[in-house]
Amino acid sequence: MRQDHLISASQLSRDDVEAVLDRAADIDADPEAWRQRRAGSVLGLCFFEPSTRTRMSFDTAMKRLGGRTVDMGPVDSTSVKKGESLADTARVVEGYADAIVLRHPLEGAAKMASEFVDVPVINAGDGAGQHPTQTLLDLYTIRENAGLDDLTIGVMGDLKYGRTVHSLAEMLTNFESRQHFISPESLRLPRSVRYDLHASGAQVREHTELSEVLPQLDVLYVTRIQRERFPDENEYRKVAGQYQIGPEDLADAKDSLTVMHPLPRVDEIAPEVDETPHAKYFEQAHNAVPVRMALLDMLLEGGE
Amino acid sequence: MSEKELRVSKIRDGTVIDHLAAGQALNVLAILGIDGSGGEGVSIGMNIPSDRLARKDIVKVEGRELSQSEVDVLSVISPEATINIIRDYEVVDKKRVERPEEVTGVVSCPNRNCITNADEPVASRFEVLSDGLRCGYCGDIVREGEVAENLDVS
Repeated sequence: MRQDHLISASQLSRDDVEAVLDRAADIDADPEAWRQRRAGSVLGLCFFEPSTRTRMSFDTAMKRLGGRTVDMGPVDSTSVKKGESLADTARVVEGYADAIVLRHPLEGAAKMASEFVDVPVINAGDGAGQHPTQTLLDLYTIRENAGLDDLTIGVMGDLKYGRTVHSLAEMLTNFESRQHFISPESLRLPRSVRYDLHASGAQVREHTELSEVLPQLDVLYVTRIQRERFPDENEYRKVAGQYQIGPEDLADAKDSLTVMHPLPRVDEIAPEVDETPHAKYFEQAHNAVPVRMALLDMLLEGGE
Repeated sequence: MSEKELRVSKIRDGTVIDHLAAGQALNVLAILGIDGSGGEGVSIGMNIPSDRLARKDIVKVEGRELSQSEVDVLSVISPEATINIIRDYEVVDKKRVERPEEVTGVVSCPNRNCITNADEPVASRFEVLSDGLRCGYCGDIVREGEVAENLDVS
């Protein structure tokens, strides 16, 4: 992989994706061998939105490569609060770190920041835009459990604002996959993602009911429908309730179905599903560390 | 002299932008940054009957020859436009607008949550698609018919 920054899924070819996943598998097989790999390197963590998993897993990944991290801390206690632009913040942090991980509430933030700095910028979520590193760990999990070719996947929930969905849909076009999208009408895929899927010739179907496709699926990827996307509480409850799954909802699924979720979940997947062999979302969360280690190692390698 | 010629008189030296989609003349001037403050003579015809377009707009700018790159940006609102460069009342060069690969700073992103609409030191930038524009930052798509309402030329 020869990339300066990781901003969106569309910039990665199949070979790029497989190179990251292969290195993650090497790391997973023998983590000790990578302990000093990035000793002396520093990763800047700039999270302008709350994050638990992404922030902690990047922090852990860098430290397990022997490197260190500097964390901007919560926005409330920074110069951003005083009105500093993101462009300035990025240029300042560039002086402290060998790469920057950025999460921001506005779409295009990572792209813009990358134009102001020479160190690699990794998009860790930009508004309702993209979240490509989540997708890499999603694909790692899919590859381990179902394989990436001849795959039938259903993606369910908030497809409009779900950045993990946008990156996943685009990156899957590199593989032999049939993608089904299941959501309420009001939360269908945004126009820009549909445009890309159409342009790539991807096999895509949209549904409002999971039952229409469940028996065909190798993977069911569930995302959270957020309260704030709806004008009132009643409307939200009515819609969200239709996209929650319990063990009984999976009765018609293949035995080998893999159920995934980027987490955090609220009530989209009942806790009883955790006990079934379908549940892979905690494994998926754990995969964040080797995959982000692989990605950091490769991006820092490019800077040498 | 016909009625058509009376409406928009000939110019001696300058540029005639013809076959503009009806209603786009003022947007064209805005895109080109022509507001009369530079002292150039400007004539505008709007909703003029045309064989090619049924109705067209036409803009004549005296004393200024527009470059290809200046006029190419017009293709995003009026792909049928033609450009005539005039010297001493004669057309010395005739060109069509060509779609540029990208346009910068002319259109604002309709996505209010795009970083280019925040208070950052960055101009909007769009990739030109066959039927619209795509924001180079957030990826949002502006269809051809929506471009005029998102012009950022005030």
